Amino acid sequence: MKKTYKIEVDCANCANKMEEATKKTPGVKDAVVNFMALKMKVEFEDGADVDSVMQKVIENCKVVEDDCQIFLK
Amino acid sequence: MMKSMTKKQKNLLLRIVAAAVLMVVFSLLPLEKYPVLRFVLFLVPYFTVGHDILRKAIKGIRNRQVFDENFLMAAATVGAMALGEYTEGVAVMLFYQIGELFQSYAVGKSRKNISELMDIRPDYANLETEDGVEEADPDDVEVGSIILIKPGERVPIDGVIVEGTSSIDTAALTGESLPRDVAAGEEILSGSINLSGLLRVQTTKEFEESTASRILDLVENAGTRKAKSEQFISKFARWYTPAVCYSALALAVLGPLVNMIFLHVPSSWDLWSDWIYRALTFLVISCPCAIVVSIPLTFFGGIGGAGSKGILIKGSNFMETLANVRTVVFDKTGTLTKGNFAVTKICPAVHDGQDGIADGAADRLLEYAALAESYSSHPISRSLKEAWQESLQKSGQKTANAQSPDLFAVRVGDTEEISGKGVITEVDGRRIGAGNLQLMQDLGVTITAENDHSDVEIGTIVHVCAGNEYLGHIVIADEIKPNAAEAIRDLRGSGVTKTVMLTGDAEAIASRVAKKLGIDEYHAGLLPGDKVTRLEQLLDETGSFAENAGSSKNVSSGKTASTGKNAATGKNVGSSKKGTLAFVGDGINDAPVLSRADIGIAMGALGSDAAIEAADVVLMDDDPMKIARAIRLARKCIRIVNENIWFAIGVKLACLLLGALGIANMWLAIFADVGVMVLCVLNAIRALV
Repeated sequence: MKKTYKIEVDCANCANKMEEATKKTPGVKDAVVNFMALKMKVEFEDGADVDSVMQKVIENCKVVEDDCQIFLK
Repeated sequence: MMKSMTKKQKNLLLRIVAAAVLMVVFSLLPLEKYPVLRFVLFLVPYFTVGHDILRKAIKGIRNRQVFDENFLMAAATVGAMALGEYTEGVAVMLFYQIGELFQSYAVGKSRKNISELMDIRPDYANLETEDGVEEADPDDVEVGSIILIKPGERVPIDGVIVEGTSSIDTAALTGESLPRDVAAGEEILSGSINLSGLLRVQTTKEFEESTASRILDLVENAGTRKAKSEQFISKFARWYTPAVCYSALALAVLGPLVNMIFLHVPSSWDLWSDWIYRALTFLVISCPCAIVVSIPLTFFGGIGGAGSKGILIKGSNFMETLANVRTVVFDKTGTLTKGNFAVTKICPAVHDGQDGIADGAADRLLEYAALAESYSSHPISRSLKEAWQESLQKSGQKTANAQSPDLFAVRVGDTEEISGKGVITEVDGRRIGAGNLQLMQDLGVTITAENDHSDVEIGTIVHVCAGNEYLGHIVIADEIKPNAAEAIRDLRGSGVTKTVMLTGDAEAIASRVAKKLGIDEYHAGLLPGDKVTRLEQLLDETGSFAENAGSSKNVSSGKTASTGKNAATGKNVGSSKKGTLAFVGDGINDAPVLSRADIGIAMGALGSDAAIEAADVVLMDDDPMKIARAIRLARKCIRIVNENIWFAIGVKLACLLLGALGIANMWLAIFADVGVMVLCVLNAIRALV
C-alpha cells in the first residue's frame, strides 16, 4: 500500500536524510521524499499497521532532522 | 522582496542584519587591550545569528547525528572563537545563515512560481439543482450533473456542452494561446477558461478524474521519480560530509605530528593552532547543502516550466532519458498526420489530353461520388460528403439542401455496395459507379494511361464512372499535419540522428509520407503487435538495451517500478553511448509500444487515460513541434544539473586543497561555500524559464 503525506522541512539534504530514515523504519518497503513538492510517498509492507509505522517514521525522522514535520492528516 | 518572505525568513534576515552591524562595529572598536570584554562583546552577534544552529547542533549530538551540518558549523565557529578568531567565527555563522536564507527564499519562490504556472485548480462549480444554481465543491459534483460556466470562470470538471457557445482559453492546458471556439455537443476540458458566453455543461467525469486534477497530480508527483544525477548527489552528500570531517580531524592531529617528527619543528601553540585552523576551514566547506538543493530545484523548475508549455514530463528520470534521445520513432496516424480522412485531390478524367476542369467537371465528379456514397457512413464516404458540402458552400448554395436526406432520396436510386470494391448506384437516372480499379474493370470501364495516377498519389483513390464513361478519380488521404515536416527538421536541429515511422498503412502510402517529411526509415503494413516487435529491433540497433531484446512478452510491466528486474528493461539508460529511443504516438492502440520505448511520448492525449498511464511524457496538444521543444527543454535542464554538479564539487575540492595547504582561510571557505550555493541556485532557476 502506498500513501502520500505532506511534510515540512527546510533544506534539501535534510529531506534526503528523512528519506533514508523512513526507508529504514520497519514496516516501510520504500519511501521517496520530494523536497520541492514537500511531499513524502511511503510504500508500506503487506500487513503493516500504517498508523504505528508512521509514528515510528516520525520518531526516526526527528532523530536525523529535528526541524521536520510529517502531517498525517 | 520583503513581502514575499515568510515570517521565519524575515526573522532570520533581521538577525543577520543585526549581527552584521554589531560585528562591524565591534571590529572597529579599539578593544585589543581588553580581551575578555572583546570576547564577550563578540558573543552577542554570534548568538544573535547562530543560536538556532547551536541549539540544533546540541540536539544532533544527543541524537548521535554527528555529521549534521548544524554540528559542523557549530564546531567550526566554536573552534574559531576558541582560537581567538572572533570576527571569523561570527562571519562564518553569518554567511552560512545568509546562504540558508537565500536558499529558502529561492526554493519558496520557485514553488510559488510553479503553482502559479500550474494554477488550474478550480475552486467551485456552479451546480444546477432543482432549487436553482448553487456553488458546489467540485469534489461533490456527480458524473452527469449539469453545471453552468460563466464567462471568465475556469471549467471545473470535464464535460460536454449542452447549451451555449463561447470561446475558451486552453493556454493553461495546452500552452496554445489562441482561444478555441466551442459550441453545444463539444467536449470541454477542466482547467480551460471560458472567455465569452455562458455554457451549460453536462459533466462526464468526476473531479478527481478530470483533466485539471490529473495534470496537477502528474506534475506534483513528477519529483518522486528521481533522476540518476539526483541519486548520485544524495549518495555523494552521504559520504562527502563524513569524509571531509575525518580529514579535518586527521589534518588537526597528523599535520602538527608530521611536522614535528619529519621536519623537526618544535611543538608549539602556534603550530597546533595553525593546523586546527586549517581543519576548521575544512569543516566550513563540508556542508553539502549547496549542491544538494540545486539539483531537485533544477528538475522541479524544468518540469514545472515544461508543464506550463503543455509538455508533461512524468519524472526527473525521464528528463534525463529525454535529453539523450537520438532516435525518434513515430506512429504515423494521429502523430504526423491528422488521423482524419479528407479529400486531398479531385482529378477529372482527361480525354485526349484535354482536361475538363473548365466546364465544372471537378464539381460534377465530386457530386456524383458524394451522392453515390451517400448511404454509407464509412470514413471515406463521410469525407466525400463533407468535401461536397464545402464546395457547395463555396459556390453559395444552401448546405441545408445538400444535407437533406430527402434530396439524396430523390436523386439517388437503388444502391448496391460491393464489398472491397465500391458502390454501384443510380443518380438522376444514370448508373454511377464509385470505387477502386477493380470495380471499374468489373463495370467495363477502361482507364487510359493518362488518367492512371495510382502510383503517384498518396491515399485511397475512388474512381467514378457514369455509365461507361470514366469521370475521373478522387484522392482521399489522411492529411499530413502542416508543420510535421518542420517538426522533423527541428528534431534534427536538436540532435536527433535518426527518425523512423511505423504505420499500419500500405507500403506505398508510407513511403510517400516518409519521403515528403524527410523521415529516414519507415516500416509499413504493421499490425499493432508488429509495432512492438519492430520497436524492439530498433532498440536493439540503437543499443539501448541489448540484453533484453526479443522478450516482447513483458511489454507493459516494465514501467512503474524502477527497482529490480524492471530497471533492466531499458528505462533510464541515459548513459547509453548511442543515446536513447523515443516513441511518439497518439495513445490510441499504441500503449504497449509507448511503454516499451526508452521514453514514450503521447500526443494530444489529454482525453485518453490509457495513454497518460503508459506514456512518460504527455504532450497536451497534438502539435509535433512540441517533441523537439520537449527534448530541448530536457537538454537544457540536464545541462544545468551537470554544470551545477561539477562546478560545486570542483570549487569545494579546490577549497579543501587550498585549505589543507593553509592558503585558503576561513573567509575564503565561507565565501566559496555560500557563493557556490548562490550561483548554483541562480543557475537552477534558469530551468524554469
